[in-house]
Amino acid sequence: MAELEGKTGFDVAAARRRCLGYRRRILDISQQVTALHAAPAFSCLEMVDAIYHGLMRRDPRRGNPGHFIDGFLMSKGHGCLAQYVILEDLGVLTKTDLDRYCTAAGRLGAHPDYGVPGIEASTGSLGHGMGVATGMAYADKLRGEGRRVHVLLSDGELQEGSTWEAIMMAANLRLGNLVAFLDLNDFSGLDRMSEKHPAFYPVADKVRAFGWEVAEANGHDAGAVVRAVAGRGGRQPFMVVGKTVKGRGVSFMEHVPIWHYRSPSKEEYAQAIVELAEVAS
Amino acid sequence: MRNTFATTFYEAGQRDRRLAVVVADISPAGSLEKFRQEFPERFINVGVAEQIMIGMCAGMALRGLRPFAYTIATFALFRPFEFVRDDLCYNNLPVTVVGIGGGVTYSTLGGTHHAQEDIAIATALPNMAVIAPCDPAETREATLWCVQQERGPVYLRLGKAGEPLLTADAADSWAFGKIRYIRRGSDVCILSYGPILKLAAEVGSHLRSQGHTVSLVSVHTLKPLDVEGIADALRRHRHVIVIEETAPHAGLGPRVKEIAWETGARCRLDTFSLEDAFHHVYGSHGDLLAAHGLSVPSVLARLQSGPDGQEPPSSVSAAAARDRGSVTK
Repeated sequence: MAELEGKTGFDVAAARRRCLGYRRRILDISQQVTALHAAPAFSCLEMVDAIYHGLMRRDPRRGNPGHFIDGFLMSKGHGCLAQYVILEDLGVLTKTDLDRYCTAAGRLGAHPDYGVPGIEASTGSLGHGMGVATGMAYADKLRGEGRRVHVLLSDGELQEGSTWEAIMMAANLRLGNLVAFLDLNDFSGLDRMSEKHPAFYPVADKVRAFGWEVAEANGHDAGAVVRAVAGRGGRQPFMVVGKTVKGRGVSFMEHVPIWHYRSPSKEEYAQAIVELAEVAS
Repeated sequence: MRNTFATTFYEAGQRDRRLAVVVADISPAGSLEKFRQEFPERFINVGVAEQIMIGMCAGMALRGLRPFAYTIATFALFRPFEFVRDDLCYNNLPVTVVGIGGGVTYSTLGGTHHAQEDIAIATALPNMAVIAPCDPAETREATLWCVQQERGPVYLRLGKAGEPLLTADAADSWAFGKIRYIRRGSDVCILSYGPILKLAAEVGSHLRSQGHTVSLVSVHTLKPLDVEGIADALRRHRHVIVIEETAPHAGLGPRVKEIAWETGARCRLDTFSLEDAFHHVYGSHGDLLAAHGLSVPSVLARLQSGPDGQEPPSSVSAAAARDRGSVTK
């Protein structure tokens, strides 16, 4: 039964089903190559699903469902498997593309590359996406194009000074067409942020103090994410601070830093597939 | 050069609404101020924040604009280097990074403001084109090329203000990617670029006054380098001299030596550059260059000493002998 989100019309149950399938697909890919960022993809999966299936407006002039009016940058490039599996689902990337992930025969690497269908700018080095998205949103505004630019950031990226340069400038330029999503999983590659960098918190207040409109949401609830964006004022740049769990969906990956990089063994894969279920919220 | 760039950009910006300039809190020289007044939405000051200057330019280019990042060379290239590399070069976007005061132009501001390694760093970047005009006329030509190009990122290295016109009677016209003979001779060929070409011209007149014919060449495009043009210059002259205002290890001098080796050139070859050093010296631009061993007397003195202790060719020894009295240490 469809569980529609109020006026947004976003089908939450369908999103849960999709995300279960995406997690399976990511785990399958993990058995083909060692270069993987499964946990960072799992933590942002529902937000990326919300962006592609709930927020990005499709271009009616183009038949393919993967052609959008709005833009999206995966600033936390290491989360790109979440983007790849959705682009595959939308028909922008092919099954072969994903099967050849990180191989010499393929075209997809462990960070998104400009020129690959559906990838609007290369990312991978942290702290770049917000600046590029700010330039895109400014140009769209200048040219009177009613496009929105969506950008997904990791919490670790907020440790980069460049991200704050962009956050401040986007507010100065009153970029109401810029919507950012923070994957607040509380882990950087090495440490738990709340333990080693407690001054990082509170995040939402910091961003708000820079002139942004901010909403906090459960980042694993795609419906809540869509609803937060739909309810924004639109005169300032907007950020959804999405509380997430790194490695969400696989018990032994959750909150365990090693899964930032590691691929599961055959046994771990089998266990993960068995326990995988829809992430309720 | 700064003002010529500003005038040329302003004129182009009146016609092409895709042109925009993003500055990092540097005052708009000359007509850039007019551009700011007339097109405030296409003049963006990001403040003292060079990373967002480059990042925004990338995003604007991705959306069809043709932005120019504009500030002092050290802050245009060094401070946001990884953004220039990833956002502009890796994405291969048509953005021009304008570096004002390349080399040691800012001679009273100290080493923090000396872009003495900029040519080495910029030419090392894949996709990056590097242009360093020698005078206001070449600045105009280079700017006109930059506002129309679609090939990718450009580092446009300018001086400051007040540079003399050196190319008024140039033998060749300006063309991107081609060396340009300002004067044609057959004995000695001096290759140079940027404002230090003035010093190269003075060295040339000294040699000419000895009755030798001297070619003076502006290698305004450092990347892509006109390898064939340089190989031809190495073939046609018995002595080639490179004079440049950049670090010694990866500028034009080493590239000309590579080309000489690869083509089996038989001419004498001397290269002059900034030293691999920070000099804590303040004064005029000429004072800074002299501290790096770049002055007409010191160049002539080194030419007289000959390569690797060999006897110098008669043309050079005669010229240097005449000037020995003016050599300063």
